[in-house]
Amino acid sequence: MTVESETSVLSAQGLCKEYGKGAALVRAVQAVTLEVERGELVAVVGPSGCGKSTLLHLLGGLERPTAGSVRLGGSALERMPEAQQARIRRRDLGFVFQAFHLVDELTALENVELPALLAGASPRGARARASELLAQVGLADRASHLPSALSGGQQQRVAIARALANEPLLVLADEPTGNLDSSATTELLRLFEQLHARGQTVVVVTHDERIAATADRLISMRDGAFVDETKLAGGTARPLSAMAGLEA
Amino acid sequence: MVPLGQVVQLEKIEPLQGYKLRIVQEVVLALLAKQASHGYQLQARLALALGPLGGALNAGHIYVTLGRLEKADLVRARRVDQAGRPDRKVYELTAAGRERVHEWLSDTSWPKPAPAEFHLKLVAAAAAGLADPVRLIDKQRGELLVGLREAQRAALAEPAGSVAGLLLEGVVLRLQADLRWLEECARYWNAAKG
Repeated sequence: MTVESETSVLSAQGLCKEYGKGAALVRAVQAVTLEVERGELVAVVGPSGCGKSTLLHLLGGLERPTAGSVRLGGSALERMPEAQQARIRRRDLGFVFQAFHLVDELTALENVELPALLAGASPRGARARASELLAQVGLADRASHLPSALSGGQQQRVAIARALANEPLLVLADEPTGNLDSSATTELLRLFEQLHARGQTVVVVTHDERIAATADRLISMRDGAFVDETKLAGGTARPLSAMAGLEA
Repeated sequence: MVPLGQVVQLEKIEPLQGYKLRIVQEVVLALLAKQASHGYQLQARLALALGPLGGALNAGHIYVTLGRLEKADLVRARRVDQAGRPDRKVYELTAAGRERVHEWLSDTSWPKPAPAEFHLKLVAAAAAGLADPVRLIDKQRGELLVGLREAQRAALAEPAGSVAGLLLEGVVLRLQADLRWLEECARYWNAAKG
């Protein structure tokens, strides 16, 4: 048993998720234990179908585990009634998805203010916060655009601003660059580095090496289980000039 | 004076501390092709092109390089009077130097790619039962990601349109290609384990 540390934002113990029965039984997630410290950026990588998206859903309470527990900021998600879980999800978690999942009928600004309004913020407060967040992701001049009038990269930046609306304890991101071209990915990397520098705790599931490289800690997942963990923060690389071919 | 057409073997000259002297020599020659320059002008050009990677290349490297090129008759130096300041040398290409620049520009050789050694390491480790190839791949991936993390940060810190940013982008893209190939290795060796 891992002892939960004081600075731990997320603590998952022995998480399992199974689908189907008998011969058709699929063990999507097997005995996963994970502690995420405040301010940490953790990347989970692995081939398609390794269970990393399912894991993210379990961590965010979007699916219930077959076994095991998830504690977010010290509260055990599985012991709560559904309504309370939904409240925690809205207040303490921010989600970023591969396909953005913006509301098509709402402007960028309205999309970003929505979570704050749902959590009970005043309309004026929610709007002020949303404007500030859109400015932070470099889209102040796109506030009144509908998602259909934005590029993929811009939509994802709106989605990140939305995820931050309630100053969540934890942001969960599922393949955030999966639908983006290389220059939009670069913009998103910049944003991830900024989030990280500001101390936002993030768990990201990805097979984009560039996103994985922004992490403090990298976890490799295969067949539903964690198979390797690498600390990237504080690691020493070959000198950049050697990587560039300037040194023999 | 080296006769025209004779290939000058610059590669045999001792490497300069840290840097591949060969590159510095070739670039210095090429930068002199249009007009004669002072050493400090050459150094400024290189510093701009290398950005954060230019740290280890100082003016001393350039002057040592120019001295060697002069000895090999690829450049010649002229003294220029400067009022109130010490004389400075201006360097220009000789005919042999110009020939060498043309050779360099038309040379299409490319730095050796990495995969063969690691590939054979995995094959040998698996065959001898010495180590789990998938573990070796995971470890290698961690190494490359630490490098990517650093290169990417340096690339993101460059202002838009920076010429040195283009060099860092090259480092990032090569590491990405290596990491993708490691994914293929992991897929293969994971399946091979059964």
